[in-house]
Amino acid sequence: MARTASTRKQFTYTRMSRPQRILRGVVLGIGALAFLFPFYYMVIGSLQAKPDATVAGAFPNAGNLTGQNYVQINDRISLFQGLLNSGIFTGGVLIGTMVFGLLAGYALAVLQWRGRGVTFALALLVQVIPFQLLMIPLYVLIARDYGLADNYLGMILPFFINSTAVVIFRQYFLQLPKELFEAARIDGASELVLLWRIAIPLVRPGLITVVLLTFIGPWNEFLWPFLVTKESSLQPLAVSLANYISNVAASASNPFGATLAGAVVLAAPVVVLFIVFQRYFVSTNIGSGVKG
Amino acid sequence: MSVLLTPPAVTRPPEGGKPTRRGRILGKHPLGLLFSAPYLVFVIAVFAYPLVYSVWISFHDFFFAAPGAQVDRPFVGLQNYITAFSDPAVIRSFGNVGIFLLINVPLTVVLSLLLASALNKVTRFRAFLRVSFYVPYLTASVAVVAVWLFLFNGNGLVNQVLGPLAPSPSWLVNERWAMPTIALFVTWKQLGFYILLYLAALQAVPKELYESASTDGAGAVRSFFSVTVPGVRPATVLVLLVSTVTGANLFTEPYLLTGGGGPNGASASPVLIMYQDGLQQGHPDTAAAIGVVLVIVVLGIALLQNRFAGGND
Repeated sequence: MARTASTRKQFTYTRMSRPQRILRGVVLGIGALAFLFPFYYMVIGSLQAKPDATVAGAFPNAGNLTGQNYVQINDRISLFQGLLNSGIFTGGVLIGTMVFGLLAGYALAVLQWRGRGVTFALALLVQVIPFQLLMIPLYVLIARDYGLADNYLGMILPFFINSTAVVIFRQYFLQLPKELFEAARIDGASELVLLWRIAIPLVRPGLITVVLLTFIGPWNEFLWPFLVTKESSLQPLAVSLANYISNVAASASNPFGATLAGAVVLAAPVVVLFIVFQRYFVSTNIGSGVKG
Repeated sequence: MSVLLTPPAVTRPPEGGKPTRRGRILGKHPLGLLFSAPYLVFVIAVFAYPLVYSVWISFHDFFFAAPGAQVDRPFVGLQNYITAFSDPAVIRSFGNVGIFLLINVPLTVVLSLLLASALNKVTRFRAFLRVSFYVPYLTASVAVVAVWLFLFNGNGLVNQVLGPLAPSPSWLVNERWAMPTIALFVTWKQLGFYILLYLAALQAVPKELYESASTDGAGAVRSFFSVTVPGVRPATVLVLLVSTVTGANLFTEPYLLTGGGGPNGASASPVLIMYQDGLQQGHPDTAAAIGVVLVIVVLGIALLQNRFAGGND
């Protein structure tokens, strides 16, 4: 953080003239507006008693506000059950990534063993394999052969260990001084103790980045859980909301309001988590790991 | 292509001590293999094996059978490929994804580089801008699709603002506009991720280059084109690759925004067809064939991009 602040001061090299700085401000302002407006509109729309698509409808109107849409969507798809299912799906992936991903990242960075190079190459390669090629065989294997359709395990399995996380973990552990590990080994500490007592505490801020990055994958995932869950009581919120949009919305009295209310409930946890932890979500952390 | 933004791997000289026999076979720390074993098993079970299985399915007469039933699945050569690609809907879906990529990829590269370099120099409102730029990328497609449906429907806000300029029928139910609207949506949705990649790349552009450009009298615009653009070229190659792969994976948006690829298949994507044909109608073999061809096409595009944008290094 301190380093970024000091480099920022050197940014005087290309002196921008005043109109250029204004232009830059305008570009960024338009960008921010384009990114945020749909979210603002999502919240406004979810609170409207009657959908108001006119320009005036983009501003809150006390006479047209209601919480009824949230009640309505909750009657059609159980929001609590959906959030719980999304939570179990996401939690399973987080556990797999934080346990087995950390172990693999540690082994790739700190230990020397045969097959290390190949394993690292695999972790990079896996990230560019398009899911569409795997969709059919994974469905055949997991839903048909293993009988894991409508099952949390079947949902979690293809996402269990996030490869991007493995690569980022490796990157963090590589930055730790080797002498630290050598000294502890001489003192007779086992590798698991080293990982738990020394390596993990030193990379803790980085772990938050990885948790955030791993969290959004399964939380937002639609295609896979949609394929393997037909039973509505097991569907993550993204799937049940999508089913509502494509099937049920037509028969609701205020379909837009109800859909947007569901969208707010689906989006809120990620947005809140991100705002709270955004200072850890730094480009240099992720740029080094994402897609290798 | 995958090591573009990774600092070079730290190569270490072999550390002291004579290699033991165990050390020769499994390396200095055989425990490393044990630590990585769960991940390796995972990669083999979820990526390597299904990848091979997918190609196998595409060359055999494969259908869903009751679990445990012994069924004959004869080798049929290219039959599945012929069946799949004599369907005009499949051909059209590839064309649709072509339209999508032609709009989405250039727009993504230009906008994300522009916004990243503006964001890189800004000091005020930095946290606010970062949050607002990344939020669409972090949010579930399903959630933001709901807002776009509301914004772009017949008498939605976009058409209200456009007034007489609004297309009729409206965007998502108009054969000409459905795919471009989806491309615009995905560009907007994913842009934060690419801004993040460019921000990381911008840190690596040597500051001296800007200084000497400035000494030579180059203004901000000139130094953007002669220093920034070449300086972030590795990131550009990565952005091209990732946005192409993401675009070829298109499923959720046509499924929800245009009610399953409508109107008249004008926004159907290959993955959507794979779902409809393979899983809904029970032809996993032709769907696997579509998948194999799709991946080959994407690989071809990626190689071309690499050749033209990647330069000689």
